[in-house]
Amino acid sequence: MGRIVLENVTKSFGDAQVIPPLDLAIEDGEFAVFVGPSGCGKSTLLRLIAGLEETTSGKIQIDGEDATQVPPSKRGLAMVFQSYALYPHMTVRKNIAFPLRMAKMDQAEIDKKVEGAAKILNLVDYLEQKPGQLSGGQRQRVAIGRAIVREPAAFLFDEPLSNLDAALRVGMRLEISELHNRLNTTMIYVTHDQVEAMTMADKIVVLRAGNIEQVGSPLDLYHTPRNVFVAGFIGSPKMNIIDGPEAEKLGATSIGFRPEHTDVSTTEGKWKGRVGVAEHLGSDTFIHVHDTGLADMITVRIAGDIAVTHGDDIYLTPQMDKLHKFGADGLRMA
Amino acid sequence: MAIVATSTKFSIYGRPVLAWIVGLIFFFPIFWLVLTSFKTDADAVKPEFLIFFTPTLDNYLNMTENYDYWRFATNSVITSVFATVFALAVGIPCAYAMAFNPSRATKDVLMWMLSTKMLPAAAVLYPMTFLTKSLGLFDTHFMVIVVLMLINLPIVVWMLFTYFKEIPKDIIEAGQMDGVNTWGEVKEILIPLAWGGIASTALLCFIFCWNEAYWTVRLTTTEAATLSKLIEGNRAPEGLFFGRLSAVSAAAVGPIIVLGWFCQKQLVQGLTFGAVK
Repeated sequence: MGRIVLENVTKSFGDAQVIPPLDLAIEDGEFAVFVGPSGCGKSTLLRLIAGLEETTSGKIQIDGEDATQVPPSKRGLAMVFQSYALYPHMTVRKNIAFPLRMAKMDQAEIDKKVEGAAKILNLVDYLEQKPGQLSGGQRQRVAIGRAIVREPAAFLFDEPLSNLDAALRVGMRLEISELHNRLNTTMIYVTHDQVEAMTMADKIVVLRAGNIEQVGSPLDLYHTPRNVFVAGFIGSPKMNIIDGPEAEKLGATSIGFRPEHTDVSTTEGKWKGRVGVAEHLGSDTFIHVHDTGLADMITVRIAGDIAVTHGDDIYLTPQMDKLHKFGADGLRMA
Repeated sequence: MAIVATSTKFSIYGRPVLAWIVGLIFFFPIFWLVLTSFKTDADAVKPEFLIFFTPTLDNYLNMTENYDYWRFATNSVITSVFATVFALAVGIPCAYAMAFNPSRATKDVLMWMLSTKMLPAAAVLYPMTFLTKSLGLFDTHFMVIVVLMLINLPIVVWMLFTYFKEIPKDIIEAGQMDGVNTWGEVKEILIPLAWGGIASTALLCFIFCWNEAYWTVRLTTTEAATLSKLIEGNRAPEGLFFGRLSAVSAAAVGPIIVLGWFCQKQLVQGLTFGAVK
C-alpha cells in the first residue's frame, strides 16, 4: 500500500523558497511522473517525500500516517538514484541484500529474495561481482533490485535513466513500466524528459519553479494543456505558439497548434512560409518553416514523406478543431 | 623533439640517481645514529674512529638494565595507541558530520581547528603546567593521552574530512533509504569505504604521538614518561655521552621506522591527502 499525500508542503533553502505551498495526492499503485525543466524543484519534491530533505512547513502523509518527521530509513520507501549509488565495496548480492540485512531478516529468506530479484532483472550471472565490473545498465538493474527486494510502500526514481545511452534508455524504460505492471506498487518518477513522462506515467505532474502547473494523465496534458507552459512542454516536437494579430482574430492572446495538427501543401493554404530544414525520418517528416510572419519558426510534422527541400515555398493550415487558445494570463480559454 | 629526448634520458638515468641521492641524504642521520650507538662514549667523539671502530653492545645493555627502557617504551605505546584511538573516535563523527551535513559555518570551523595548530606550544606551557598540577593530572597516562589526542585532533579531522568528501553523498543517502540509522551509515558504509584513508590517518596520528616531545617532556617525570623523555634524560650538557644517547635514540625511533616501512603505501596516501586514489 502506498498512498502519498502532500498538504501545504513548502521548502526553503535559506531565504530562497524553492517549493511554494503545494498540495498533491498520489494514489496507491499509481505511476506518477514529476516532469519539468531543470531547476523546477522536481528532485527536491522527491527528496522531501523520501525524507532526505526536511520540509519547511506542511505535512506529508504516507498511507494515511503523518510521515513529516519520520527519518528516511523509517518511511518504508525505496529510492533509485541517478548515479545508481551502489555500495562499491559490496558484491551485487550484498548490495541487493543490504536493506534486508538492515531489516534483520533471516539469511535463508534474504537469499531467496535476492535470487528472486536477480532472476527478474537478469542479474543471476553477476551476483558475485562488484559494481565496478558492471556496465551502466547492469548497475541500474542492481539499484532497482535493491529497491524491489524490500517490497516498499512506494518506489522513488530520481532521473534513473539519464546516465544511460539512448538505446539502453528505451529498453530500461520498458522494463520499469513492466515492473510497475507486475508489482502494482506506487512509483514516483522524476525526469526532465517529457517522452519518458508521456510513455510511462499514469499521472504526470508538470512543475515550474516549484509550482504545479498541471496534473493529469498524459493524454489530458496533450489534448488540454492548462496553460502556455504546459502546452509548450508536453509533446515532441513542441507545440507552435503564436501571438499577435492572428491570435487576436480568434479572440485570444496566443494560439497554439501542434506540428502534427497542421495541414501542409506546396500550392495553397492559410499561411505561406519557406522551408528551412526538413528532417526525413522515413515514417515522418519534420519541417521547420521560416518567414511566415507569425513566429521565428514553425514546426510541422507530416506522416510519411513529402518532396520539399530547403528554400521551397510551403503553405500551412492549422486544424481548427485542434487549435489551443490562451488568454492574456497564459491560461487556456474555454 | 629535443625536449622529448632530454626528458626521456632524464627519466631513465637522472631520476633514479636523483632519487637515490635524496634518499641517502635523508637516511644518513639515521645511519649515523645507529653507527654511533655501537661506539663507546669515548670512541664516539674521536675522529680516528669515525667509521672504523670496535663495535660494542654496551650502550644497549646499559640502557635496558639501568635506564628502564621498557617502561618508557611501554608508556609510549600506551599513550600513542590510546591517543590515536580516541582521536579517531572523536574525529570520525566530526568529519562525517561536516562532510555530509555541512552548514554555513563548516568551513570556518575547519579553519579554526587548523588555526589551533598555529599557536606556539610555548604560549600555553604555563597554563598547562599549572592546570595539570592543580587537577592532580601531572605525570599521568590519562593526561598525556588527552594532550596527545588534542594536539593531533585538527590534523586527524582535516584528513578524515578530505577522505570522506570523496565519498558520493548519494551512497550515504542510499543507505538511509535502505533503512540504516546514523551508526549503521558509519559502520556499514562510511568506514568500509574510507578504510584506506582512516588507516593512513591513524598511522600518521600514531607517528605524531610517538614522536611528540614538547609536552611529554614537560608534563611528565617518571610515571607516564615516554621515550622522548628518556632521550631528553640522556642529553648531557657537556655532550659527553654520544654513544649512550645514540643508542637510546635509535631504540626510540626503531619501532616507528619499522612500522613506517611496512605501511609505506598507506603513509604516502595519507601525506598526499587523498590525492592518490
